[in-house]
Amino acid sequence: MSRHTGIDSSWGRNLAALAAGLLFGLGLAVSQMINPLKVLGFLDWFGAWDPSLAFVMLGAVVVSALGFRLVRRRGAPVFSPRFEWPTRRDIDAPLMLGAAIFGIGWGLGGYCPGPGFAAMALGFWEPFVFTAAMVGGFFAWHGIERTRLASLRRRAVDG
Amino acid sequence: MTEFTPVSALVGGALIGLAATLLMALNGRIAGVSGIAGGLLSSGRGERAWRWLFLGGLLGGALLHELIRPETFALREGFPPLLLIGAGLLVGIGTRMGSGCTSGHGVCGIARLSPRSLVATAIFMATAVITLAVVRHAFGVM
Repeated sequence: MSRHTGIDSSWGRNLAALAAGLLFGLGLAVSQMINPLKVLGFLDWFGAWDPSLAFVMLGAVVVSALGFRLVRRRGAPVFSPRFEWPTRRDIDAPLMLGAAIFGIGWGLGGYCPGPGFAAMALGFWEPFVFTAAMVGGFFAWHGIERTRLASLRRRAVDG
Repeated sequence: MTEFTPVSALVGGALIGLAATLLMALNGRIAGVSGIAGGLLSSGRGERAWRWLFLGGLLGGALLHELIRPETFALREGFPPLLLIGAGLLVGIGTRMGSGCTSGHGVCGIARLSPRSLVATAIFMATAVITLAVVRHAFGVM
Protein backbone atom coordinates (compact mmCIF):
# COMPACT_ATOMS: atom_id res chain seq x y z
CA MET A 1 0.00 0.00 0.00
CA SER A 2 1.45 3.33 -1.01
CA ARG A 3 1.42 6.38 1.23
CA HIS A 4 -0.20 8.31 -1.59
CA THR A 5 -3.82 7.13 -1.66
CA GLY A 6 -6.43 9.08 -3.58
CA ILE A 7 -9.55 10.80 -2.30
CA ASP A 8 -12.89 9.85 -3.81
CA SER A 9 -14.01 13.27 -5.00
CA SER A 10 -16.45 13.74 -7.85
CA TRP A 11 -15.79 17.50 -7.79
CA GLY A 12 -12.11 16.87 -8.23
CA ARG A 13 -12.74 14.32 -10.97
CA ASN A 14 -14.98 16.69 -12.86
CA LEU A 15 -12.59 19.60 -12.65
CA ALA A 16 -9.71 17.39 -13.67
CA ALA A 17 -11.64 16.11 -16.67
CA LEU A 18 -12.38 19.68 -17.75
CA ALA A 19 -8.74 20.70 -17.35
CA ALA A 20 -7.49 17.66 -19.27
CA GLY A 21 -10.04 18.30 -22.00
CA LEU A 22 -8.98 21.94 -22.31
CA LEU A 23 -5.30 21.00 -22.64
CA PHE A 24 -6.16 18.28 -25.14
CA GLY A 25 -8.28 20.63 -27.24
CA LEU A 26 -5.56 23.26 -27.14
CA GLY A 27 -3.04 20.68 -28.27
CA LEU A 28 -5.25 19.60 -31.16
CA ALA A 29 -5.67 23.20 -32.27
CA VAL A 30 -1.99 24.19 -31.90
CA SER A 31 -0.91 21.15 -33.90
CA GLN A 32 -3.59 21.81 -36.53
CA MET A 33 -5.05 18.33 -36.09
CA ILE A 34 -8.49 19.95 -36.35
CA ASN A 35 -7.69 20.73 -39.97
CA PRO A 36 -8.72 17.69 -42.03
CA LEU A 37 -6.41 18.72 -44.89
CA LYS A 38 -3.43 18.62 -42.51
CA VAL A 39 -4.31 15.11 -41.38
CA LEU A 40 -4.94 13.91 -44.92
CA GLY A 41 -1.63 15.50 -45.91
CA PHE A 42 0.09 12.99 -43.66
CA LEU A 43 -2.02 10.08 -44.92
CA ASP A 44 -1.34 11.02 -48.55
CA TRP A 45 1.61 8.74 -49.24
CA PHE A 46 1.05 8.96 -53.00
CA GLY A 47 0.82 12.74 -53.15
CA ALA A 48 2.32 15.82 -51.50
CA TRP A 49 3.29 14.35 -48.12
CA ASP A 50 3.20 16.39 -44.90
CA PRO A 51 4.92 14.52 -42.01
CA SER A 52 3.50 16.85 -39.34
CA LEU A 53 1.05 14.32 -37.86
CA ALA A 54 3.94 11.97 -37.12
CA PHE A 55 5.52 14.74 -35.08
CA VAL A 56 2.28 15.31 -33.21
CA MET A 57 2.18 11.61 -32.34
CA LEU A 58 5.85 11.71 -31.35
CA GLY A 59 5.32 14.63 -28.98
CA ALA A 60 2.20 13.05 -27.53
CA VAL A 61 3.59 9.53 -27.11
CA VAL A 62 6.90 10.65 -25.56
CA VAL A 63 5.23 12.96 -23.05
CA SER A 64 2.55 10.37 -22.22
CA ALA A 65 5.11 7.60 -21.82
CA LEU A 66 7.17 9.71 -19.42
CA GLY A 67 4.05 10.95 -17.66
CA PHE A 68 2.60 7.47 -17.23
CA ARG A 69 5.89 6.24 -15.72
CA LEU A 70 5.79 9.01 -13.15
CA VAL A 71 2.11 8.40 -12.48
CA ARG A 72 2.69 4.68 -11.83
CA ARG A 73 4.84 5.56 -8.82
CA ARG A 74 1.71 6.66 -6.99
CA GLY A 75 -0.56 4.08 -5.42
CA ALA A 76 -3.73 5.64 -6.75
CA PRO A 77 -4.97 8.64 -8.75
CA VAL A 78 -5.67 11.85 -6.86
CA PHE A 79 -9.46 11.95 -7.19
CA SER A 80 -10.35 8.29 -7.80
CA PRO A 81 -9.89 5.11 -5.81
CA ARG A 82 -7.82 3.32 -8.47
CA PHE A 83 -6.05 3.54 -11.83
CA GLU A 84 -8.06 2.02 -14.65
CA TRP A 85 -5.25 0.79 -16.85
CA PRO A 86 -6.58 -1.41 -19.68
CA THR A 87 -5.79 -5.04 -18.91
CA ARG A 88 -6.47 -6.92 -22.13
CA ARG A 89 -3.52 -8.10 -24.16
CA ASP A 90 -5.24 -10.39 -26.68
CA ILE A 91 -5.52 -9.40 -30.32
CA ASP A 92 -8.96 -10.47 -31.47
CA ALA A 93 -11.19 -10.00 -34.51
CA PRO A 94 -13.22 -7.02 -33.21
CA LEU A 95 -9.99 -5.14 -32.47
CA MET A 96 -8.60 -5.71 -35.94
CA LEU A 97 -11.83 -5.29 -37.88
CA GLY A 98 -12.81 -2.26 -35.82
CA ALA A 99 -9.44 -0.63 -36.42
CA ALA A 100 -9.70 -1.35 -40.14
CA ILE A 101 -13.18 0.20 -40.32
CA PHE A 102 -12.14 3.21 -38.26
CA GLY A 103 -9.16 3.73 -40.57
CA ILE A 104 -11.38 3.73 -43.62
CA GLY A 105 -13.59 6.39 -42.05
CA TRP A 106 -10.55 8.43 -41.03
CA GLY A 107 -9.03 8.29 -44.49
CA LEU A 108 -12.39 9.11 -46.05
CA GLY A 109 -13.08 12.26 -44.06
CA GLY A 110 -9.82 13.26 -42.41
CA TYR A 111 -11.44 13.36 -38.98
CA CYS A 112 -11.13 11.09 -35.99
CA PRO A 113 -13.21 11.47 -32.80
CA GLY A 114 -11.20 14.11 -30.91
CA PRO A 115 -10.44 16.49 -33.79
CA GLY A 116 -13.87 15.96 -35.33
CA PHE A 117 -15.46 17.16 -32.13
CA ALA A 118 -12.97 19.95 -31.34
CA ALA A 119 -13.10 21.33 -34.89
CA MET A 120 -16.63 22.55 -34.20
CA ALA A 121 -14.80 25.50 -32.62
CA LEU A 122 -13.91 26.61 -36.14
CA GLY A 123 -17.55 27.28 -36.92
CA PHE A 124 -17.77 25.63 -40.31
CA TRP A 125 -20.22 22.87 -41.24
CA GLU A 126 -17.98 19.82 -41.64
CA PRO A 127 -17.22 18.93 -37.99
CA PHE A 128 -20.88 19.23 -37.05
CA VAL A 129 -21.98 16.80 -39.76
CA PHE A 130 -19.09 14.44 -39.02
CA THR A 131 -19.74 14.45 -35.27
CA ALA A 132 -23.46 13.86 -35.74
CA ALA A 133 -22.73 10.90 -38.00
CA MET A 134 -20.09 9.60 -35.60
CA VAL A 135 -22.59 9.71 -32.73
CA GLY A 136 -24.94 7.82 -35.05
CA GLY A 137 -22.18 5.24 -35.40
CA PHE A 138 -21.82 5.05 -31.61
CA PHE A 139 -25.53 4.38 -31.27
CA ALA A 140 -25.45 1.80 -34.06
CA TRP A 141 -22.65 -0.10 -32.33
CA HIS A 142 -24.40 0.19 -28.99
CA GLY A 143 -27.50 -1.37 -30.58
CA ILE A 144 -25.47 -4.16 -32.17
CA GLU A 145 -23.79 -4.96 -28.84
CA ARG A 146 -27.06 -5.01 -26.92
CA THR A 147 -28.66 -7.33 -29.50
CA ARG A 148 -25.63 -9.62 -29.38
CA LEU A 149 -25.63 -9.78 -25.57
CA ALA A 150 -29.40 -10.36 -25.48
CA SER A 151 -29.16 -13.28 -27.91
CA LEU A 152 -26.27 -14.75 -25.93
CA ARG A 153 -28.36 -14.57 -22.75
CA ARG A 154 -31.34 -16.15 -24.50
CA ARG A 155 -29.18 -19.01 -25.76
CA ALA A 156 -27.78 -19.56 -22.27
CA VAL A 157 -31.29 -19.78 -20.81
CA ASP A 158 -32.65 -22.05 -23.57
CA GLY A 159 -29.59 -24.26 -23.17
CA MET B 1 -0.40 20.76 -50.15
CA THR B 2 -0.14 21.47 -46.44
CA GLU B 3 3.24 22.61 -45.20
CA PHE B 4 5.43 20.76 -42.74
CA THR B 5 5.12 22.39 -39.31
CA PRO B 6 7.40 20.38 -36.98
CA VAL B 7 7.50 22.83 -34.07
CA SER B 8 3.76 23.41 -33.64
CA ALA B 9 3.24 19.70 -34.22
CA LEU B 10 5.62 18.76 -31.39
CA VAL B 11 4.24 21.43 -29.06
CA GLY B 12 0.64 20.45 -29.76
CA GLY B 13 1.53 16.81 -29.35
CA ALA B 14 3.23 17.52 -26.03
CA LEU B 15 0.06 19.28 -24.82
CA ILE B 16 -1.95 16.22 -25.77
CA GLY B 17 0.52 14.04 -23.88
CA LEU B 18 0.21 16.33 -20.89
CA ALA B 19 -3.57 16.07 -21.03
CA ALA B 20 -3.39 12.29 -21.10
CA THR B 21 -0.97 12.26 -18.17
CA LEU B 22 -3.24 14.57 -16.20
CA LEU B 23 -6.35 12.48 -16.78
CA MET B 24 -4.54 9.35 -15.59
CA ALA B 25 -2.78 11.03 -12.67
CA LEU B 26 -5.93 12.73 -11.37
CA ASN B 27 -8.77 10.45 -12.48
CA GLY B 28 -7.10 7.19 -13.35
CA ARG B 29 -8.57 7.17 -16.86
CA ILE B 30 -7.22 6.72 -20.35
CA ALA B 31 -7.67 9.81 -22.52
CA GLY B 32 -9.25 8.01 -25.44
CA VAL B 33 -11.94 10.20 -26.99
CA SER B 34 -13.96 7.39 -28.57
CA GLY B 35 -14.04 5.59 -25.22
CA ILE B 36 -14.91 8.69 -23.25
CA ALA B 37 -17.63 9.81 -25.67
CA GLY B 38 -18.90 6.40 -26.73
CA GLY B 39 -18.93 5.31 -23.09
CA LEU B 40 -21.65 7.87 -22.40
CA LEU B 41 -24.18 5.52 -23.97
CA SER B 42 -23.63 2.86 -21.34
CA SER B 43 -22.71 5.08 -18.40
CA GLY B 44 -24.51 5.26 -15.10
CA ARG B 45 -25.02 8.31 -12.90
CA GLY B 46 -21.54 8.99 -11.52
CA GLU B 47 -19.90 8.33 -14.86
CA ARG B 48 -21.52 10.90 -17.12
CA ALA B 49 -20.54 14.31 -15.75
CA TRP B 50 -16.78 13.98 -16.14
CA ARG B 51 -17.20 12.68 -19.69
CA TRP B 52 -19.28 15.68 -20.74
CA LEU B 53 -16.81 17.99 -19.04
CA PHE B 54 -13.88 16.43 -20.86
CA LEU B 55 -15.68 16.82 -24.21
CA GLY B 56 -16.63 20.35 -23.30
CA GLY B 57 -13.01 21.06 -22.48
CA LEU B 58 -11.97 19.62 -25.85
CA LEU B 59 -14.20 22.08 -27.62
CA GLY B 60 -13.27 24.88 -25.22
CA GLY B 61 -9.55 24.40 -25.68
CA ALA B 62 -9.86 24.56 -29.44
CA LEU B 63 -12.13 27.58 -29.13
CA LEU B 64 -9.62 29.31 -26.87
CA HIS B 65 -6.92 28.80 -29.47
CA GLU B 66 -9.22 30.03 -32.18
CA LEU B 67 -9.86 33.25 -30.24
CA ILE B 68 -6.18 33.86 -29.47
CA ARG B 69 -4.85 32.89 -32.90
CA PRO B 70 -7.74 32.87 -35.39
CA GLU B 71 -7.60 30.39 -38.27
CA THR B 72 -4.09 30.10 -39.56
CA PHE B 73 -5.09 27.65 -42.27
CA ALA B 74 -7.53 27.56 -45.18
CA LEU B 75 -10.68 25.55 -44.54
CA ARG B 76 -11.51 22.69 -46.88
CA GLU B 77 -14.19 23.56 -49.37
CA GLY B 78 -16.63 21.52 -51.41
CA PHE B 79 -16.23 18.21 -49.64
CA PRO B 80 -19.22 15.96 -50.41
CA PRO B 81 -21.51 15.89 -47.34
CA LEU B 82 -22.61 12.30 -48.00
CA LEU B 83 -18.99 11.16 -47.92
CA LEU B 84 -18.51 12.95 -44.60
CA ILE B 85 -21.60 11.25 -43.16
CA GLY B 86 -20.25 7.90 -44.31
CA ALA B 87 -16.90 8.75 -42.74
CA GLY B 88 -18.55 9.64 -39.44
CA LEU B 89 -20.58 6.44 -39.33
CA LEU B 90 -17.49 4.31 -40.03
CA VAL B 91 -15.46 6.14 -37.40
CA GLY B 92 -18.26 5.79 -34.87
CA ILE B 93 -18.72 2.07 -35.44
CA GLY B 94 -15.05 1.23 -36.01
CA THR B 95 -13.72 2.97 -32.90
CA ARG B 96 -16.27 1.25 -30.66
CA MET B 97 -15.73 -2.16 -32.25
CA GLY B 98 -11.98 -1.72 -32.06
CA SER B 99 -12.01 -0.30 -28.53
CA GLY B 100 -10.18 2.90 -29.38
CA CYS B 101 -9.00 5.59 -31.76
CA THR B 102 -5.92 7.74 -32.40
CA SER B 103 -5.87 9.07 -28.84
CA GLY B 104 -6.76 5.86 -27.01
CA HIS B 105 -4.69 3.45 -29.08
CA GLY B 106 -2.36 5.74 -30.98
CA VAL B 107 -1.20 7.89 -28.08
CA CYS B 108 -2.03 6.23 -24.76
CA GLY B 109 -1.78 2.66 -25.98
CA ILE B 110 1.55 3.13 -27.70
CA ALA B 111 2.89 5.09 -24.71
CA ARG B 112 2.14 1.97 -22.63
CA LEU B 113 3.54 -0.33 -25.35
CA SER B 114 0.23 -2.18 -25.42
CA PRO B 115 0.31 -4.96 -28.03
CA ARG B 116 -3.40 -4.39 -28.80
CA SER B 117 -2.80 -0.71 -29.45
CA LEU B 118 0.30 -1.25 -31.55
CA VAL B 119 -1.63 -3.66 -33.78
CA ALA B 120 -4.74 -1.47 -33.91
CA THR B 121 -2.72 1.63 -34.78
CA ALA B 122 -0.83 -0.15 -37.56
CA ILE B 123 -4.12 -1.37 -38.99
CA PHE B 124 -6.03 1.89 -38.92
CA MET B 125 -3.04 3.77 -40.33
CA ALA B 126 -2.83 1.27 -43.19
CA THR B 127 -6.52 1.35 -44.10
CA ALA B 128 -6.56 5.14 -43.79
CA VAL B 129 -3.64 5.54 -46.20
CA ILE B 130 -5.17 3.11 -48.69
CA THR B 131 -8.60 4.75 -48.42
CA LEU B 132 -7.19 8.20 -49.04
CA ALA B 133 -5.18 6.98 -51.99
CA VAL B 134 -8.35 5.62 -53.56
CA VAL B 135 -10.52 8.65 -52.71
CA ARG B 136 -7.97 11.27 -53.67
CA HIS B 137 -6.00 9.72 -56.51
CA ALA B 138 -8.43 7.26 -58.06
CA PHE B 139 -11.57 9.38 -57.63
CA GLY B 140 -10.03 12.84 -57.42
CA VAL B 141 -11.92 13.91 -54.29
CA MET B 142 -9.89 16.48 -52.39
